[in-house]
Amino acid sequence: MNPAATLTTTLGFRPDSKIREALPTGLPALDTLIEGFPRGAISEILGPESSGRTTLVHSLLAASTSKLEICAYIDTDDSFDPVSAAAAGVALSQLAWIRCSHNAGHALKAADYLLHAGGFGVVVLDLCQVTPRVANRIPISYWYRFRLAIENTPTILALAGKQSQAKSCAALMLELERKKTHWTGAPGFTLLREVELEAASRKPIRSHAAHFQARAIG
Amino acid sequence: MFACIHGQEASLSKIAADFSPWFEQTAPDTIVFPIDGLQRLHGSPHQIADAIAKRAGQHVRVAIAETADAAILAAHNLSGVTVAPDLTDLEISALPLTEEMAQVFDSWGIYTLQQLADLPESGIAERFGPAGVHLQQLARGATYRPLRVFQPETTYEDRIELDHPITLLEPLLFLIARLLNDQCTRLLSNALAANEVTVRLELEDRTEHVRTLRLPVPMRESKSLLKLLQMDLEAHPPQAPITALSLALKPVNPRTVQTGIFLPVTPAPDKLELTLARIRGIVGESNVGIPELLNTHHPHPYRLVNAQPQVTSPQPQTTSHAFRYFRPPLPATVSLDGNSPARITASGIHGKVLNSAGPWRTSGDWWTATPWNRDEWDVALTNGALYRVYREPTDRWFIEGCYD
Repeated sequence: MNPAATLTTTLGFRPDSKIREALPTGLPALDTLIEGFPRGAISEILGPESSGRTTLVHSLLAASTSKLEICAYIDTDDSFDPVSAAAAGVALSQLAWIRCSHNAGHALKAADYLLHAGGFGVVVLDLCQVTPRVANRIPISYWYRFRLAIENTPTILALAGKQSQAKSCAALMLELERKKTHWTGAPGFTLLREVELEAASRKPIRSHAAHFQARAIG
Repeated sequence: MFACIHGQEASLSKIAADFSPWFEQTAPDTIVFPIDGLQRLHGSPHQIADAIAKRAGQHVRVAIAETADAAILAAHNLSGVTVAPDLTDLEISALPLTEEMAQVFDSWGIYTLQQLADLPESGIAERFGPAGVHLQQLARGATYRPLRVFQPETTYEDRIELDHPITLLEPLLFLIARLLNDQCTRLLSNALAANEVTVRLELEDRTEHVRTLRLPVPMRESKSLLKLLQMDLEAHPPQAPITALSLALKPVNPRTVQTGIFLPVTPAPDKLELTLARIRGIVGESNVGIPELLNTHHPHPYRLVNAQPQVTSPQPQTTSHAFRYFRPPLPATVSLDGNSPARITASGIHGKVLNSAGPWRTSGDWWTATPWNRDEWDVALTNGALYRVYREPTDRWFIEGCYD
């Protein structure tokens, strides 16, 4: 028997000894760091604008649809771009797209329906453009409810945003940052070629970060 | 034994139904049915034949024979009422011969069924194949086949007239549930499903309120259909009390899916449709579906299709830089350095341009009411973000979105 499974910590709770199945993202550096997104749990992808949150979300969706799973994208601020998603390898016919017209309340209700319906591989709740004023008013009970709804299912709830929402309900918290932008061509005729991104795992804490590149769509 | 009725009578099926619930409408003027259960009711085959002839009238022929095909042959070629007739002397032209077969039999000197029946079966098979063997079995009266039982066409449309007008949704749903249960049972018994449901409500002000649900997958569970109708009627209620209602289902073959033990679990189609219908009730009908790319150079080359996500072939995965739209685009104030943006200010965004790529000039659809014509730049601002900005011919600037 694993002693860690029976001993309690000094704070009085048992360490989470559950071994979860994970979905690799297809980004080798990130998969080495976190071994994929845990199934049956909430994962948060955080960062400022242009930090690569959406790029990572697309990679996750592409990985899931390539395994013939059905996914859902809850687009709180109507910001989803099917062209770049398709370029990342997302099978669009396997993706339910729900536009919420800047209404975070509708987005949370839609997420609630989808998670309780079950059977989805990845459900993305995009809160990237939600203002902090609205984001701070989301009741934390939602995240406990979502965590309970997907527990023991293969569904991943991926939250993308500027700041952490699910906090202790999240099993994985990734913070992204854009490190470098590559422009090519002579001055006056440059071209956005590629960006270098860095993903640091805040939960579980990892001492090093993963670096990966995302090329611009030609 | 089988009875065959042959004649130009319009109600042959009614006559046959008086004697047997199982009958085959072989041709518009020919009906055949088994008489095995009629002995206790009418007596011997002769008495059964007389009873059928009495019921059918003088203008039809009735024949009773050991097999269905023999009865049909007798009814077609012998007049009046015949019971277990001797067909050996019938001309061979009474059989369904092709022209080539008729010529060959004529050259062989085969003119009657008896002569055909006496030929060696292997020789017939060699010369004519299975069609020839079938003909010989017809001539011998030795074809045993199940009847293609006539099934009256099942209708999937019911109507209820109300004594008192209904003003609330709940009692209306109670009535719809009753109709749905009946119709779904009929669908199930005929191994069918419905892909369209139409509710027609006749209102007190003498108008009609019609709602049609087109289902992405054929369904036959009354509970799921009722829930879908409930959500639709809640979103589109009638504007006056209801005096009558009718419900119609469009029957189609059910969807058959080959599942695999190693395939991932996907949402059940009826449950997924219910979930999406609930979400449509919140965010609007035009905001739920699957994205579909369009073959155009338009800046937004996609649309949202009102359909269910379905598993297709996997796509190759690449790491490409994603884009996020600002919908609607943010109006911006841009100061230029030469022809390139140098500083951008918009709602919540402002900064100096560190690097830019462009302009990329695109235009199109000038022959329609919604043309586009613009110059695009990709810009990196001092606030740390990458944006796509564009300028319209009217010199108005917008931030279309950011690379993320």
